[in-house]
Amino acid sequence: MSAQPDQAFVRELLGRSDYAIIGEIVEPRTRVLDLGCGEGELLHWLAANKGVDARGVEIDGARVQRAIARGVSVFQSDIDEGLADYPGGAFDYVILSQTLQETRDPRRVLREMLRVGRRGIVAFPNFGHWRVRTAMLLSGRAPRTSLFPYEWYESPNIHFLTVQDFESLAALEKVTIERRYFLSGNRRITWRPNLFAEVAIYLLCNGAPGNRPR
Amino acid sequence: MIVEAHVARFDSISLDSGSTLAPIEIAYETYGELNGAKSNAILVEHAFSGDAHAAGISPETGKPGWWDNMIGPGKAFDTSKYFVICTNVLGGCRGTTGPSSINPTTGCPYAMSFPVLTIGDMVRAQKMLVDSLGIGRLLAVTGGSMGGMQALEWAVAYPDRVVAAIPIATTTRHSAQQIAFNEVGRQAIMADPDWCDGNYYGKNPPARGLSVARMVGHITYMSDDSMREKFGRRLRGKENFGFGFDVDFEVESYLRYRGSQFVGRFDANSYLYITKAMDYFDLTNGRGSLATALEPARARFLVISFSSDWLYPSYQSQEIVRALRSRNCDVAYVELQSNYGHDSFLVDVAEQADLVRGFLASTFEKVQ
Repeated sequence: MSAQPDQAFVRELLGRSDYAIIGEIVEPRTRVLDLGCGEGELLHWLAANKGVDARGVEIDGARVQRAIARGVSVFQSDIDEGLADYPGGAFDYVILSQTLQETRDPRRVLREMLRVGRRGIVAFPNFGHWRVRTAMLLSGRAPRTSLFPYEWYESPNIHFLTVQDFESLAALEKVTIERRYFLSGNRRITWRPNLFAEVAIYLLCNGAPGNRPR
Repeated sequence: MIVEAHVARFDSISLDSGSTLAPIEIAYETYGELNGAKSNAILVEHAFSGDAHAAGISPETGKPGWWDNMIGPGKAFDTSKYFVICTNVLGGCRGTTGPSSINPTTGCPYAMSFPVLTIGDMVRAQKMLVDSLGIGRLLAVTGGSMGGMQALEWAVAYPDRVVAAIPIATTTRHSAQQIAFNEVGRQAIMADPDWCDGNYYGKNPPARGLSVARMVGHITYMSDDSMREKFGRRLRGKENFGFGFDVDFEVESYLRYRGSQFVGRFDANSYLYITKAMDYFDLTNGRGSLATALEPARARFLVISFSSDWLYPSYQSQEIVRALRSRNCDVAYVELQSNYGHDSFLVDVAEQADLVRGFLASTFEKVQ
């Protein structure tokens, strides 16, 4: 079911190629917290196929209901508040899938997820993709592409970041990037990801490479 | 569905107050069948004025149980899959030993000589019953309001005996407001001349006091919205005000009716004892902080609150959830949108049923 991360072509998991990468990264029988987990599809898959201890946080009550009804332990909360109560190192992975750009304080969320989780997995749409750049250059308006389909006044995205932006932030926060994956549709991108990646996925851990958790 | 009503007898029980009650009887009903592994038992806890008749049609009264919309074949607590038990709480007046029961040493009703109880005592009595049924671990303990307090107490007092806890519209301890409403109810009863210091058995019960207590209770179970929707300012059977103090408004008529109905089925002294037990309930009592108190708990939790419940507001459920999270416990939580106030867990159950069904199924899968 899940993708081989080394292959150029990534098969989708639950209709999403970033899920396929995340599904591959997560080790079996680990503790996983998914921030902004929606209806718990990914968590449910991870629990069923990798035997993980799956938990989720979601702000939308209707989505929380559907997640709980499918048997996933999700609690209704915003991400900031949801993380604060957990003791340090409570999870093996904290996942932030396509949510970082929607949080009010991404730096704090990043710090908190790496306090609560031994590793963090962050996936986000790349605002530096050439189609986004071209759309803005040619139209002179806030870009609307398949990745960023919203009118500016309806968009849940309140921060816009590129691959390079995220790498800078990781350096600034002294976060170690263990692995990085770049996708365009179902293809793996290795050349000039800031220009060609639609979605970037990072596996992170806290501190210097020598101090990485095992 | 077959409703089996039983009474279990035990020699004695030690109470938190230090006294002993002997002997005791516990009225309970069961629905569904206990499986061979005894792994499908669910204990359902009633709220303040409930009883052991949680589901199905009572062969005695012909009335459906108080959570009949949640318990039965194919329902959230699916009795074709699970074995559901509901007991009347200790101190109650619906078959379990309480202040209206006969004290064997005097041959008279206990009345106010009945020892003061706690939620912990009620749960200890239930544990005796569960032991006697040979059930090692309960798949789930659940209930709303005071039933939720018992579910929490179970999870903390007997952590190895509870796989999952579903506390609904409840709290780990009563707030000043909750104690205040209970005290109004108690004072209404004790101010009734018919109360006679609790010795009204065989005479007129304190019907007026008990009825006023119930009227106050009913107000706290509803919401501003649900009362506006149900009654508004509609007049009862008249076009104009009566310019007197008989019933004018629908809401007055409703409260008086519910109050007088209650007198027929509830004992005033039980009202005093059970509300006191709720007010005394404090999960942190003698256990430090809430997080420390919840430390022994091993259960999975599903916590549910309702948006319009102002008697047990969502913040009280969120306190439970936050404390559980700080212990890294497995907890799911949602605030359901409903206009029915505290009564929501009894009357507005469609979404609650979906949550419970899914949560139970995934829990049951894990113990198989």
